[in-house]
Amino acid sequence: MSLLDYFRSSKTNTASLAKERLQILVAHERASRNQPSYLPALQQELLAVIRKYVNVGQDAITVNFEQDGNQETLELNIVLPEER
Amino acid sequence: MARIIVVTSGKGGVGKTTTSAAIAMGLAKKGHKTAVIDFDVGLRNLDLIMGCERRVVYDLVNVINNEATLNQALIRDKRCDQLYILPASQTRDKDALTTEGVGKILEELAKDFKYIVCDSPAGIERGATLAMYFADDAFVVTNPEVSSVRDSDRMLGILSSKSRRAEKGEEPIKEYLLLSRYSPDRVKLGEMLSVDDVQEILSLHLLGVIPESKSVLSASNAGTPVILDEESDAGQAYADIVARYLGETKPHRFIEEEKKGLFSKLFGSK
Repeated sequence: MSLLDYFRSSKTNTASLAKERLQILVAHERASRNQPSYLPALQQELLAVIRKYVNVGQDAITVNFEQDGNQETLELNIVLPEER
Repeated sequence: MARIIVVTSGKGGVGKTTTSAAIAMGLAKKGHKTAVIDFDVGLRNLDLIMGCERRVVYDLVNVINNEATLNQALIRDKRCDQLYILPASQTRDKDALTTEGVGKILEELAKDFKYIVCDSPAGIERGATLAMYFADDAFVVTNPEVSSVRDSDRMLGILSSKSRRAEKGEEPIKEYLLLSRYSPDRVKLGEMLSVDDVQEILSLHLLGVIPESKSVLSASNAGTPVILDEESDAGQAYADIVARYLGETKPHRFIEEEKKGLFSKLFGSK
């Protein structure tokens, strides 16, 4: 580090920003890595079935897959529209 | 029993071929009969880094297709008689590599060689997945940079699910981190991810840090694996890595900034 750099060193620490972004991203990608590959298709088909009966939006269904030891949980969350 | 090492990264340009050439030469110089295979079918480059580009007659795909024997295709290194190079083919046929073909070659090499180093291409296509399929150990080359770290993590996922060891339910591939193009001074300034940061994210065993070094380009210009440049920092870093891999204890180097005198502190020198 030269003398000039010394006076310029007050700029933001981008390395910690990189670390933070990576930690979030990697955790997210690792979680989805272990998911069964049929999940997106399952979500689409369920949505189609529900839409036959109820008028719901594209993002009305969330499918969550979790693995905890030997136990696998498939969590389905369907948000129905408010009654008018 | 031969040990198969894959040098992988996902991202391109992080130093896979430089690393493959250096560690293969390092292992051979330690007296272990070593073969280094270029899996980058279509874009052969290991021959150039090893300095044997004009001696290539047959390649990996020729051997797979039974157009040449393994002995005809292997190029013996002129600097170290324990080292052999198997170049990649320049064919554009993506289906040229087959699991059976590669498996047969590795099996045959394993009879005669102690270490087989597989230089993986970038990406996650067939060349890359086949380079790692049969591996016992994986050297994950990573730069302290967001896209490289992310890609390395993806490769770790593939290593643990798509390898022969994973499919057969055997002991998993041993994974090692090689952090390359490292600049301690930039880390100190908060401009670059540190070794600890990368290790924390990837949770991998650190085999060594290779500093950003001019000697890497000089070595590739000359077709000499950088490990042969014993004066250079990168050359020494690779020598340490080979020694650690073989079980020697060597303290990590090139992580801290070099101590400079008052003069260079004031005026900066490189």
